[in-house]
Amino acid sequence: MIHPARILAIARKEVRQLRRDRLTFGMVVGIPILQLLLFGYAINQDVRQLATGVADLAQTERSRQLVAAAEASQVLDIVERVQTVQQLEDLLRQGRIVVGLVVPGDFERRLERERQRKSPRGPGDEQPVEALAQILVDASDPASYSAAAGLRSLPPPARSGTSATPRAATFELRPYFNPERRTAVQIVPGLVGVILTMTMVLFTSVAIVRERERGNLELLITTPLSPIELMVGKILPYILIGCVQMVLVLGVGRLLFDVPLRGLPQDVLAGSLVFIFASLALGLVISTIAQTQFQAFQLTFFTFLPQILLSGFMFPFDAMPEPAQWIAEILPLTHFLRVIRGIVLRGASIPDVSRDLWPLLLFGLIAMSFAALRFRKRLD
Amino acid sequence: MDISADHPSPAVVAHGLTRSFGSLVAVDRLDLRIEKASVYGFLGPNGSGKTTAIRLLCGLLAPSSGQVEVLGLPMPSGAEKLRTRIGYMTQRFSLFEDLDVRENLDFLAEIYSLPRRERRPRIDQLLERYRLTDRARQRAGTLSGGQKQRLALAAAVLHRPELLFLDEPTSAVDPENRRDFWEALFDLADGGTTILVSTHYMDEAERCHRLAILERGRLVAEGRPRDLMRNIEAQVVEIDTPHPRRSRERISSLEGLLSIAQLGNRLRALFSPDSPEPARRVEKALEHAATSDDASERSSEVRLVEASLEDVFVVATRHRPRTASSGSSR
Repeated sequence: MIHPARILAIARKEVRQLRRDRLTFGMVVGIPILQLLLFGYAINQDVRQLATGVADLAQTERSRQLVAAAEASQVLDIVERVQTVQQLEDLLRQGRIVVGLVVPGDFERRLERERQRKSPRGPGDEQPVEALAQILVDASDPASYSAAAGLRSLPPPARSGTSATPRAATFELRPYFNPERRTAVQIVPGLVGVILTMTMVLFTSVAIVRERERGNLELLITTPLSPIELMVGKILPYILIGCVQMVLVLGVGRLLFDVPLRGLPQDVLAGSLVFIFASLALGLVISTIAQTQFQAFQLTFFTFLPQILLSGFMFPFDAMPEPAQWIAEILPLTHFLRVIRGIVLRGASIPDVSRDLWPLLLFGLIAMSFAALRFRKRLD
Repeated sequence: MDISADHPSPAVVAHGLTRSFGSLVAVDRLDLRIEKASVYGFLGPNGSGKTTAIRLLCGLLAPSSGQVEVLGLPMPSGAEKLRTRIGYMTQRFSLFEDLDVRENLDFLAEIYSLPRRERRPRIDQLLERYRLTDRARQRAGTLSGGQKQRLALAAAVLHRPELLFLDEPTSAVDPENRRDFWEALFDLADGGTTILVSTHYMDEAERCHRLAILERGRLVAEGRPRDLMRNIEAQVVEIDTPHPRRSRERISSLEGLLSIAQLGNRLRALFSPDSPEPARRVEKALEHAATSDDASERSSEVRLVEASLEDVFVVATRHRPRTASSGSSR
């Protein structure tokens, strides 16, 4: 016999308890809003404003026009101007640019040859078209590659008066790092970051809260144990677990999906350690805020969402509007994705990716100090 | 560092110790002096501020006002220095339930930096003393209430603290275990350990060398249990009666009655110290009633008796205006 009144009593009690758990109550509202905003911002798959380096070896008026036209497409955002192709390749490997624009020294001559060949004398005139310039693109992210590929047939600069005609290949496209443009190559190293984020933050956040819930913390604070000893001792075992996970993902990625490891294994390890440290520190911060394991789980999820959506794992970083990119720059996963992809896919070294390592280190240190400060050995 | 062996400095001195949480004053202007190597009791009902007072004394809470010195160290600023010199047994079992008995003690030995070669013999000694040797490899979570309590005590004294705080240590333990537990406490006190124990059991409170009765955060009585009973500000009348409920009604209107409580077929009535001949007036009230309706009440036996600690407690925690001074003399 089911008594509706009893069901209602249970429901009422549940609502009452929920309302008293302010953190959970906040999550009820917070998670959907966060998701909506993040998805709304990030789901835009139109890649634009790819960080671009230019090596204009011709330095003529029309070569500058070509570069300007490429930039005007909004697909490219020129952040570096260099003298040699080698410099461009270095920037690509370091991950500072996604696209390199090379205008060859004989650009004017190529343009001239082009004009002489102009107005095809009839169908069947299938002379191979010579490219005027080159686009070097980091193809480890297929989305960036596709966006850059869209520039291939940009009309070349025309003499004043004559109208520019689209042509088959103004640019010759040279994909770097992932010439086959396989998605797995892009996803697997990223997955290392995602899995580490999830487990590291969750493990640590729950680890301290569990002791609080079970009353162990009351014992620990009466001992000579210092907060920093407790914090560091807590995360040490998880650092090892994190390394095991990292090796597992990359190893299986290599076996099953043929994901290359172009950098040095010790560089991968060093980069991962910094990220593991940052994630564990974030977990500790959560553990000093949450009062129950359930709250710790929710807060972890709350930090996990933006990392997954904004870091460039799910959606191309360059496709996001600027405010979303600013937020993303705060998140550890954003930086780690650049580090791990750089080392694994582009063969970057630690100095090459140091630009994204120090924010991770800084994040970890700040979070760690915050957690140690918040975790006072007092009950008030 | 004792300056002289004859007059050792007290283990705890507090002046005007106060702690409030919002509008609630959990501990209100507490003055304390606890001598070394004694068992000192905090007696009070739930919510009287016992736990808060203990936490203030070991520096886990900062006082809102007032001063407190523990083993010569000001609290809470000296709390970290104090850690290795005190032991604290929490009200709730706070050891790791998923570690076994020995692992728990090993862990704490490391946290307290016990010298490596002393650890094993010290832990063996404690397991022996607290009858846990055959439980050494059992997970703490599966121990009985009494075993858990002995493990918690072993953990609290592992590093040989000079001062031991025990917050309602026997609340989850049967009477026999409680008696053993108190034997263990006296052994420790004999060894020079100062023990501060909170309880709401009268029989336990009576065992303490000195006692502080707390109510709503205030110290309402303090002294040796015997002195407290002897100097009670009340006369105690015990009534043996076949009809305790009815007799109680008869007595309840008598002048000077402070409180009345039933214990089976007995009534215990407390009269103010200045009320005249309470026993005779009780007898008269009952006789008067008996002639009018029931002869059996004549068999009631009324006598003036010595105060128990419970009587002391009742008198001390009886509703009194908060402004009244508690030190009125007789």
